[in-house]
Amino acid sequence: MRVISAIAVSVFRESVRDRVLYNLVLFATLLIGSSFFLGQLTAGQDVKIIKDLGLAATAIFGLFISIFIGIGLVSKEVERRSIYGLLSKPISRPQLILGKYAGLVLTLAVNVTVMTVAIYAVLAYMTWTTPAPIQTAWDAPGVDPALLKALFLIFVELTLITAVALFFSTFSTPMLSAAFTFGLYVVGHFNADLRNFQSVVESKSAATLARLLYHVLPDLSAFDVKTAVVHGLSVPWGYLALTTGYGILYIAVLLVIATLIFSRRDFK
Amino acid sequence: MSATGGRSAAGTIAAVLAVAVCMVAAIGLQIARNRLYAGQSRETERILYIQSGTAAKRLALDFDALWADVYWIRAIQHYGGDRLGSTREKKYELLYPLIDLTTTLDPYFTIAYRFGAIFLSEAAPGGPGRPDQAVALLAKGIAAQPGKWQYPHDIGFVYYWHLRDFANAAKWFERAASYPNAPNWLKPLAAGVLTAGNDRATARALWSQIRQSEEEWLRKTAERSLAQLDALDAIDQLQAVVRRFPFPEGTPYSWEALVRRGVLRGIPLDPSGVPFEIAPADGAVSVSTRSKLFPMPDQVHSVPR
Repeated sequence: MRVISAIAVSVFRESVRDRVLYNLVLFATLLIGSSFFLGQLTAGQDVKIIKDLGLAATAIFGLFISIFIGIGLVSKEVERRSIYGLLSKPISRPQLILGKYAGLVLTLAVNVTVMTVAIYAVLAYMTWTTPAPIQTAWDAPGVDPALLKALFLIFVELTLITAVALFFSTFSTPMLSAAFTFGLYVVGHFNADLRNFQSVVESKSAATLARLLYHVLPDLSAFDVKTAVVHGLSVPWGYLALTTGYGILYIAVLLVIATLIFSRRDFK
Repeated sequence: MSATGGRSAAGTIAAVLAVAVCMVAAIGLQIARNRLYAGQSRETERILYIQSGTAAKRLALDFDALWADVYWIRAIQHYGGDRLGSTREKKYELLYPLIDLTTTLDPYFTIAYRFGAIFLSEAAPGGPGRPDQAVALLAKGIAAQPGKWQYPHDIGFVYYWHLRDFANAAKWFERAASYPNAPNWLKPLAAGVLTAGNDRATARALWSQIRQSEEEWLRKTAERSLAQLDALDAIDQLQAVVRRFPFPEGTPYSWEALVRRGVLRGIPLDPSGVPFEIAPADGAVSVSTRSKLFPMPDQVHSVPR
């Protein structure tokens, strides 16, 4: 466990050195700048749009970090040939994979936490400067704790995408890993359509195959509750728990396969 | 300062100057292009690349709500540009598709449905004059959020104010009143519309309720409509005065003449502060086309028919 956490901290330090967290400055600028301009453009929908923008930006920035750092976690070590040095130390290959993954998850956690604070700060300011009668027209309170549910599921989705990127990076080049991960991200959002495929096709085998793909491919649309929380609709805790559980198990599957592949790789 | 340091500082200054010159030149070209080919950029502004809401929802992946916001801002700009712009022909042809896309991407975007109801049905030049599209949009809202009394209320309003179909208006107000969370003024309103649909008192009651809304643009629309109703009352009174003091044949009617005769103390102004018009031929009183209240609603009578 100590080895894994040591690798995780070193991955986090490396991402800080690589100025990954600079994206937070861009995020804050985007959010504060938008809150300033949107009031003039949106016919009273500025708080709704700030929430949409904040949640979407958290997901997009996180997606870029997950993909572009995730694909380099292993392949960079191989390209630099530093993998030989690492493996000569008392570190097992599964520990290396898990440590690298935990490090990037830590980076994402810091990133999402700072973004969450920034979103709430902007929303608190907007709530403070908006007269109470206008606030009654909002679907949900400005500083709404329910937003945390959407942010939490975004974080879980990002950790899943990181696992996908890491999985591809154990056997593929960075370029291909990025393409595969982004492809799976897109497919993951269309995945829910496969569930109802039998009502569209006549062939039983095609319907079965679609159903199988629905279960095998990651169901990423389930992590999206942004619209619901922004409009003050309920997101049950049970839904949150089941989706999180699904995410964790899917990540576990990916990490186990990634570890297996990485363990069998020959670096000679 | 060493020679190398001096050379490096001079190089930096030269680079900054080059950047500034290039930037200013680029901005100059941009302004020139916009001036010379103004029509071209206006044409592209009015193109809607994606027409299908379902396709847009698919393409948006996880970000449909954000994309809905983008279309919402475009709808506001399109409406505002056509309504306030002096050069554009007031067509509003993208208003419905933009709001339709917005509400497909985010079916809970309540204000987009209500905004659509008010402005799609408004007659030219204030809107495209399409109450049918407003009703279709609100029906879509009811399908998305069946528990909201505001949508049937707004359909009732479109039937009442724009289509002058009081039976249907009353039916929709009644439907809105049947919702568990509906306000208690809806039931008497439904009855009032059915019995005395075309009178100003009912219209005033309806607009006064809408004026209570927390949405600023809805409040402003209600305030304008209430001012129009006040203007209609004033027109009735002025028309009565003109009829009581007819001009000799061949003499054109004018406010100045009525003031000179001591009938009026001054030129009458409508609630927006613009003088009323009086037709020189027959003394018919109307709101000026320069007034913010123009065009006026038709056929709303001061007493129930």
